[in-house]
Amino acid sequence: MENAAVKVLICEGTSGVSAGAREVLKAFGVELARFNIDKAEIISTGDRGLFRDVLVDIITPKLGRITYDFITPEKVPQIVEEHIKGNIPVKKFLAGKQYKEFFSGQERITLQNCGEIDPENLEEYLANKGYQGLKRALGEMSPQQVIDEVKKSGIRGRGGAGFPTGLKWSFCLGNPSDQKYMVCNADEGDPGAFMDRSVLEGDPQAVLEGMAIGGYAIGASNGYIYCRAEYPLAIRRLKISIDQAVKDGYLGDNILGSDFSFHITIKEGAGAFVCGEETALLASIEGFRGMPRSRPPFPAQKGLWEHPTTINNVETLANIPQIILKGGDWYASVGTESSKGTKVFALAGKVKNTGLVEVPMGTTIRDLVFGPGGGMLKKKIPFKAVQLGGPSGGCLPADLLDTPIDYESVNETGAIMGSGGMVVMDQSTCMVDMAKFFTAFTVEESCGKCVPCRIGLNRMLEVLTRITEGEGKEGDIEFLERMANSIKATALCGLGNTAPNPVLTTIRYFRDEYEAHIREKRCPAHVCPNLVKFDVIEDRCSKCGKCFKACPVDAIAWEKKTFPIIDKEKCIRCRSCINECDQMAIE
Amino acid sequence: MDSQPLDLKLIGDIIERFQKKKGTLIPLLQAIQEAYGYIPKETVNLVSKALKIFPVQIYEVLTFYAQFRLTPRGKHTLKVCLGTACHVMGGKDICDYLASQLEVKPGGTTEDGMFTLERVACVGCCGMAPVLVMDEQPFGDCTIQQSIELVEKYRAS
Ligand SMILES: Cc1cc2nc3c(=O)[nH]c(=O)nc-3n(C[C@H](O)[C@H](O)[C@H](O)COP(=O)(O)O)c2cc1C
Ligand code: FES
Repeated sequence: MENAAVKVLICEGTSGVSAGAREVLKAFGVELARFNIDKAEIISTGDRGLFRDVLVDIITPKLGRITYDFITPEKVPQIVEEHIKGNIPVKKFLAGKQYKEFFSGQERITLQNCGEIDPENLEEYLANKGYQGLKRALGEMSPQQVIDEVKKSGIRGRGGAGFPTGLKWSFCLGNPSDQKYMVCNADEGDPGAFMDRSVLEGDPQAVLEGMAIGGYAIGASNGYIYCRAEYPLAIRRLKISIDQAVKDGYLGDNILGSDFSFHITIKEGAGAFVCGEETALLASIEGFRGMPRSRPPFPAQKGLWEHPTTINNVETLANIPQIILKGGDWYASVGTESSKGTKVFALAGKVKNTGLVEVPMGTTIRDLVFGPGGGMLKKKIPFKAVQLGGPSGGCLPADLLDTPIDYESVNETGAIMGSGGMVVMDQSTCMVDMAKFFTAFTVEESCGKCVPCRIGLNRMLEVLTRITEGEGKEGDIEFLERMANSIKATALCGLGNTAPNPVLTTIRYFRDEYEAHIREKRCPAHVCPNLVKFDVIEDRCSKCGKCFKACPVDAIAWEKKTFPIIDKEKCIRCRSCINECDQMAIE
Repeated sequence: MDSQPLDLKLIGDIIERFQKKKGTLIPLLQAIQEAYGYIPKETVNLVSKALKIFPVQIYEVLTFYAQFRLTPRGKHTLKVCLGTACHVMGGKDICDYLASQLEVKPGGTTEDGMFTLERVACVGCCGMAPVLVMDEQPFGDCTIQQSIELVEKYRAS
């Protein structure tokens, strides 16, 4: 039978679903039935990483594996008829330039299985060398040897701070206790980052295996995954994966016939950014308010329920199985002197290709944004900044685009590597508004325990708000700098220590924009509502009419080849037209 | 809107299911919210008795986490993402617009009980910013016009 081993792989993670993957999946079901192809298997995978896109891979014995992109239900009948039935690929739907642009220059270690295997099927993970790392650790290595291998790999924590993972584990191993815990931090608090979600949705077993290896190394028989409640699909897939792994003896009691037992429990977060901080996370697992506490004692000494505990990020753990299987030297051969391996970035904002990009450490920001990223979203509006590290990070200007991505180089700029959020901004993004945005975020998320963070950040927000409303005064910038530095020096936890970074970096690199707001009452990016006049700049306008079509209240008059006219009486200042304009022609 | 008496049998089962576990308060409250859509006041007292802790210790947790709601929700929950990517791509403009059109503040429910408008910080779809989430379904690359069309569609259905 020709179609005995036909496989249809559809990317169905959260991004795939919002691009319409479910409908495509249904259409394949209908069409395969219509052509009586009953031996074909439809597999829903996690996202491979390119957004706005439904990727479909078709594997047939004759043609091997062929990738289509931007698939909609309407295209499915032709693909089934010509490709699966007739063995002739449908040329015009094949993954094209954008797909190649996005994936070239990437090196996929953490994401090797994302979008490639069915995350809800343990068999597929096993077929890709799944649980071989754990097998090797349990069969051939002592806990100390596992830690030495991880140390040799040079991997540093991907959750933000970049602490060497092997060293962290050795602290915990060195604290004898009858009970220890291995905790996976899947809180992914950085608003604008989605690496951990994609790994959990696309390759949950790798995270479980990483946890089990970690548990063996530090001497823990229990593990917790603390996952944001905003990620229902990730949680569902984790639950399924745990059940399957327990059933087949890769988790649970006496794993693979050894005397090592390891049980994993999922805890759903309840929506608090600060719970990504490790001591707050532990308090939250224990059922309390997620308030950080000062360290020492470190979790490796007194963690969950007072027992020694190791906390690692999702991405860190997803790398562990391969490090154990292929050796620390292999991993250390990728990356730079001080930052080993690859890093996954969540590329978003005003860039052409958005999605998950995994590159070797040391790649420059430019190579990332203009390589896989494909450059700017709107051709006429140039690059302004890239935001790294979310609310703890900073905005870097064009002349720092050649900064290599490694922990030290990024720290030097005043930003941080963070967990991997990378938001690209163009000239239509206001830097003062961004500083205000992040400060408002941290004010809201501050737990309120320490004064610098609770009150200091609020004072900064007040001043930033005034500036964006056109009420800025001389001396405001200096006030912000002073306040920022004292908060950095005195706050209790990482949230407060880093919260001023967005303000400090925007002042450092975009001081002129602050000054335009304060002195000229002007927002160069046309963002701050009080400072926008809703006038058309005729020199820039291309008369395309997009603003006219975007206006929800018909306040814009326009005809072909004429300049639009905005009726200010009718205008509700919603900024629809400004967002739509490709030329920044409305100020 | 919600004038029916609470079905207290549900809560009894939930408490029984979670009572004995370690660190159980948050999962227990999550289960209550899942069953009722919010945390009714009556249930707090019952949880307080069952876990032998003061109500204030429960409220302390309820008010700390953004997820918990102390009032009933509308028929549909419309979340506007205001994470970094969505902010940069105009999410705030959509949020302001929806708030003015629905005549609610974020966090509030429309007078007819149809929609609860919420802000969230990132739903993990940043590549398709700005993003709206109606009930559980994400909608990417949204514009102000599409946002109101979506509302009208759900209002009609
Ligand atoms: C305010 C704050 C938020 C954090 N959020 C996260 C998070 O969402 N995910 C994460 O993995 N680490 C987060 N961290 C870092 C953790 O405290 C911890 O360092 C990390 O989980 C350790 O794992 P790693 O060594 O594998 O990086 C956060 C830290 C701070 C101060
Ligand atoms: S910022 Fe909106 S989905 Fe991430």
